[in-house]
Amino acid sequence: MSAYLQIRNLCVTLKGGIPILRRVSLDVAAGQVHGLVGESGAGKSMIGKAVLGTLPRALQVTRGEIWLDGVDLLSLPARERQRRIGATAALIPQDPLTALNPVRRVGPQITRRLVDILGWSRSDAEARALHLLEEVQIPDPARVMRSYPHELSGGMRQRILIAAAFSAEPKLIIADEPTTALDVTVQKQILRLIADMQARHGTALLFVTHDLGVVSKVCDTLSVLYAGKVIEDARMRRFFTRPIHPYSRALLAATPSYEDPEGALTPVPQSVIEQVEREVQDHDRRAAP
Amino acid sequence: MMYQIKDLQLSLPDMTRKPLLGAAPRIEILRGLTFDVPQGAVLGIVGGSGSGKSTLGRAMLRLLEPTGGSITFNGQDITHLAEDDLRPMRAQMQMIFQDPMSSLNPRRRVGGIIAGPLHVQGHEGIGAKVLEALDMVGLPRSFANRYPHELSGGQRQRVGIARAIALRPEFILADEIVSGLDVSSQAQVLNLLQELVRELGLTLAFISHDMSVIRRLCDRTLVLYRGEIVEQGPTAALFANPQAAYTRDLLDAIPLPDPDQVWA
Repeated sequence: MSAYLQIRNLCVTLKGGIPILRRVSLDVAAGQVHGLVGESGAGKSMIGKAVLGTLPRALQVTRGEIWLDGVDLLSLPARERQRRIGATAALIPQDPLTALNPVRRVGPQITRRLVDILGWSRSDAEARALHLLEEVQIPDPARVMRSYPHELSGGMRQRILIAAAFSAEPKLIIADEPTTALDVTVQKQILRLIADMQARHGTALLFVTHDLGVVSKVCDTLSVLYAGKVIEDARMRRFFTRPIHPYSRALLAATPSYEDPEGALTPVPQSVIEQVEREVQDHDRRAAP
Repeated sequence: MMYQIKDLQLSLPDMTRKPLLGAAPRIEILRGLTFDVPQGAVLGIVGGSGSGKSTLGRAMLRLLEPTGGSITFNGQDITHLAEDDLRPMRAQMQMIFQDPMSSLNPRRRVGGIIAGPLHVQGHEGIGAKVLEALDMVGLPRSFANRYPHELSGGQRQRVGIARAIALRPEFILADEIVSGLDVSSQAQVLNLLQELVRELGLTLAFISHDMSVIRRLCDRTLVLYRGEIVEQGPTAALFANPQAAYTRDLLDAIPLPDPDQVWA
């Protein structure tokens, strides 16, 4: 079976020609979780934004293909493309406070998508939202539907956004650092919840994170990015036991672990940075016309 | 003892519940904390958001005034000291902030930023001291002429450290200083901090929500939960044999970069 999301040779540049993504290719199969890891500025989030068609105005896709459920999104007219994305993909954002409208009650924010985009009746949408809030283990969902975002804790808000993301049964969910703003104990509950929901609904999940610890808990496969280029593709277990690229090894060595207090605090060595920089330059030379 | 803290309490008025007339009810942020910080110690302060970590740090530097208990710094009671009396002591206690972008003035050059506290304290030979501070944090001297936005996150955090150590304080409070950094910059900053503690004989309080970082850096650890100390002790012992249920929850919740970790 082919992957639900296939990205091929995706190039995104800043207007003026500075490359942001350099021929990124990756697959996410239905029911699988694919991690995107790398340091800040590596382009992790930009891949998700390119798929959802929400790239900042200053960026543009210059080449490549994004196949979602057998259709190349980039070959579609803009309106048709956004309709397709809206019907099949959803986002779990990083910061649950800014993602929710502070002056609207929670309920309509969950049902809006169903009513406005998919044309459900209001009562069907509300029933669905109540069911989803139960599924994400929110106590007293009827009361929460009538609450404003500021009345809820960070963990609760993130649960609501997870419920909203799953509301229209999307085939693909992009989770962009969904637990970075949360405490570790809450992070654990939310990661479990995302993994449970993903497995139960058979969704393909693209999981953006900078935390290799999180990757080892939720991802089946992953891509390591540096300067918008995929440095290594790996199955999760193989990555942690036998990372191939020196940059991958260096990232692992820089990650602290309380189980190994003496080791595991080596910054990425200059020689490794020079090596990946060289690879990126080689890539740009080959790509130049 | 550098710090002796006894039954420290701090409450603030809850303005969201203030009645139209009359006083606002008070929220207890710190509920009676007692601990010591020995000279030369690296104390880790860990806890969830809202546990009072930062408030405790700010009370220790007397940026906030406690509502109960006492804080003794180098043998002097500073609990209710007036700002004028505190100012000379501030040279001994400095702070490094979480977000170097918002704690460095974007319109001043790095040299001017580091010189700031030296001017306030009336130092002489400031130019040389600024360059020396840059040397100590491993930044090129030419950075004195740059602006914060020209630096990377890790470099900015080094400027924050340089500003704190330029006065040669005895005590530094570091509040979540690596939480916004990538792992590689985080490793560099932590290694630097460890070196400075050794070379300058600093006493350091390190506030963090990241147990792995605390384990690596701190020799004593204090776990806060809702404004109370639920556990304190030598870091190695606390990690090997956590007593409080909350400490165990914190440790169990950390996703280690290890696919075989039991994370149930």
